[in-house]
Amino acid sequence: MDLALSPKHTAFRDEVRAFIADALPAHLRPKAAIDAHFEHHEVMEWHRILYKKGWAAPNWPVEHGGAGLDVTSRFILHDELELASTPPLSPFGLMMVGPAIIQFGTPDQQRRFLPKILAGEEVWCQGYSEPNAGSDLASLKTSAEDAGSHFVVNGQKTWTTYAQHANWVFCLVRTNPRAKKQSGISFLLIDLKTPGVTVKPFLTIGGTKAFSETWFDNVKVPKQNVVGEVDAGWTVAKALLGHERTQTAAVGVIGRTLRKCKRIAARTRAGDHLLIDDPVFRGKLARLEVRYRSLQMTNWRSLAVAQLGHAPGPESSILKIRGSELVQQAYELAMELMGHDALAWFPEPGVVADLEESVASQFCYFRATTIYAGSNEIQRNIIAKHILGLG
Amino acid sequence: MNFSLTEDQRMLTDAAIGFTRKQSPVSRMRKLRDDPIGWSPEVWRQMGELGWLGLPFPEAVGGLGGKFVDLALVLEQLGQTLVPEPIVPSLVAGMAILAAGDAAQQRAYLTPMVAGRSSLALAWAEVDGRYDPGNVMTRAERTSAGFRLIGRKRFVLDGHAAAELVVSACDGERISLFVVDPKAPGVRIQPVRTLDGRRAALVDLEVEVAADRRLEGNGKAALEHALDVGAAAACAEGVGVMRAVLAMTTEYLRTREQFGVKIGSFQVLQHRAADMFIETELAYSTSIEAALRIDDDNLAERTAAVTSAKIQLAESGRYVTQQAIQLHGGIGITDEHDVGLYFKRMVALNTMFGDAEHQVTRFAARPGFVAV
Repeated sequence: MDLALSPKHTAFRDEVRAFIADALPAHLRPKAAIDAHFEHHEVMEWHRILYKKGWAAPNWPVEHGGAGLDVTSRFILHDELELASTPPLSPFGLMMVGPAIIQFGTPDQQRRFLPKILAGEEVWCQGYSEPNAGSDLASLKTSAEDAGSHFVVNGQKTWTTYAQHANWVFCLVRTNPRAKKQSGISFLLIDLKTPGVTVKPFLTIGGTKAFSETWFDNVKVPKQNVVGEVDAGWTVAKALLGHERTQTAAVGVIGRTLRKCKRIAARTRAGDHLLIDDPVFRGKLARLEVRYRSLQMTNWRSLAVAQLGHAPGPESSILKIRGSELVQQAYELAMELMGHDALAWFPEPGVVADLEESVASQFCYFRATTIYAGSNEIQRNIIAKHILGLG
Repeated sequence: MNFSLTEDQRMLTDAAIGFTRKQSPVSRMRKLRDDPIGWSPEVWRQMGELGWLGLPFPEAVGGLGGKFVDLALVLEQLGQTLVPEPIVPSLVAGMAILAAGDAAQQRAYLTPMVAGRSSLALAWAEVDGRYDPGNVMTRAERTSAGFRLIGRKRFVLDGHAAAELVVSACDGERISLFVVDPKAPGVRIQPVRTLDGRRAALVDLEVEVAADRRLEGNGKAALEHALDVGAAAACAEGVGVMRAVLAMTTEYLRTREQFGVKIGSFQVLQHRAADMFIETELAYSTSIEAALRIDDDNLAERTAAVTSAKIQLAESGRYVTQQAIQLHGGIGITDEHDVGLYFKRMVALNTMFGDAEHQVTRFAARPGFVAV
């Protein structure tokens, strides 16, 4: 057993840190300094910078233009980017549909789609959930009817994250209404410019338009846009779930939010003392940091197993649950530390004493972390059934 | 980073598992609750022969010169069946001797313990001292033949049975450690039963101690290190306690029927069990980190790892053992059922060598805690 990072990985971490310090554009730095929300064009600007460096798709194999990094290096890159609060790249092309096309796609699909995902020339969103198919995803109803040379798609998808900025959506659609649940579903790529597609963003409780609803009204989709076999889309979707578990823990987000909490505590006065010197708040900060460290170490355990090429151990199943909870706890503590200032909603400059103006919005938005990517209740069902043998 | 066991560590773990299954199931600890010693000198000798007692001690005193983490792996297994032999009390006292004693003192006091012929106890806690080993009222006065120790120590783990007591005392401007024979005139040992079915001692001292029984090294630093080793050991044993009650509880959920079905089919109980699993894994992560960092030269790193582990042990251990009782229902609060024995051991482990609040204060007092 050994807690030290290998020399190779230490050097890579230093390289990433140096790159970020050098390459993050000056006009994005004020937002990064306070972990603020980035606009779509800012995210894409950073995407192109990482693309030029060769780091846009760290998990893709080199022959498809990926960085071909090992699993530990991928985590280090992800963690350092999060810790530095750089604009978060959209995962739907790079982390989801890209790997799906690499694993299940035809050579034509790979040539058509992968280079544009990589370069950030085409933006993707995900069409999985429906108003009546959330946790019970396999009950989805959006249909794709066989019309000879193409499918005709009808239905409604929801939680299509940033569909308003996207060019393409990858959907789970029902191609065989007679087959049972999972078995009649296909993985279909749909151009959002196709006639009959309507995208309507809606506000989240965080006051930002992160999600959209997307309607399909007799939308014609060429048959060559199916990834994998027709009716075997569930297999494609399931294969994506296993990817990059150690990044779902969001340890970098928690780390930087903890840092934010200390930053606020170190300059917020309560009468004659700073909050950082208040034993109650110091205790709360310490306990949060301990929880962060225990998650971090669990994440390293999971990475060490993956680095050896072994299947994920039971410890990896807890990363999403605990990581998402700690993001929320960290923002809750940030709100508490800010006191009255926490109530300001997208304030004008100068209203709030310090620069943490986006805390309230993100505190609200991050109530989503325990719901998205498989709600924590579903995650607990999985632990109970597959690890503890309860059912 | 690498968290896989080496071949040697796997063999060590297997030996400990075999021992708990064949020789020391929980029923043995249950019987020994009523024994005035509370553990078996014969088993202790056997542990010495197996090399467990000498794992982290140097070869000069008969030890194996290994790493603390090797012992932590054994302790995790012994925690699974609540093995009552006083490894942890002897370990912390031994560590203090190792840190502050000279070669002759180390040989004289550590060799018999490492061989399993006798046990040691660390007498550091005092009535108004809480968990800070710097709060010492016991004093050492110089005499012509050495020292006279005057003071009272509380809850000396295994102090009722140990062959030697390592006692902290104010020695002029510094804190020194003295090895005291509990049978010497002027030492009064009052055994106390503790909630986990074991024994500790209240120790009154007004005793003459020969000059060569004072350990020359810095007593305070040795004590702090020894208590951190004890905390890391408590974490390792605590992980074993959690693993055992988690297994016991899920087994109960799989077999107990109500309303015509196994109660493990109820989602509310499944999620509780899932949370017990999560807490157990988190505690294992910090426990392993503490075990690996315990001898780190960087004091801030060591403190961060050990205090984190002890805080996580308290949060996780409390949740897991309390919910284990809850999920067993009424049977869980009977003395007849083992789950209560584990619950009580966890309370003792959480208190030992500094509780969570004490560790939170230490964690937050580290240099660098405030840095953003």
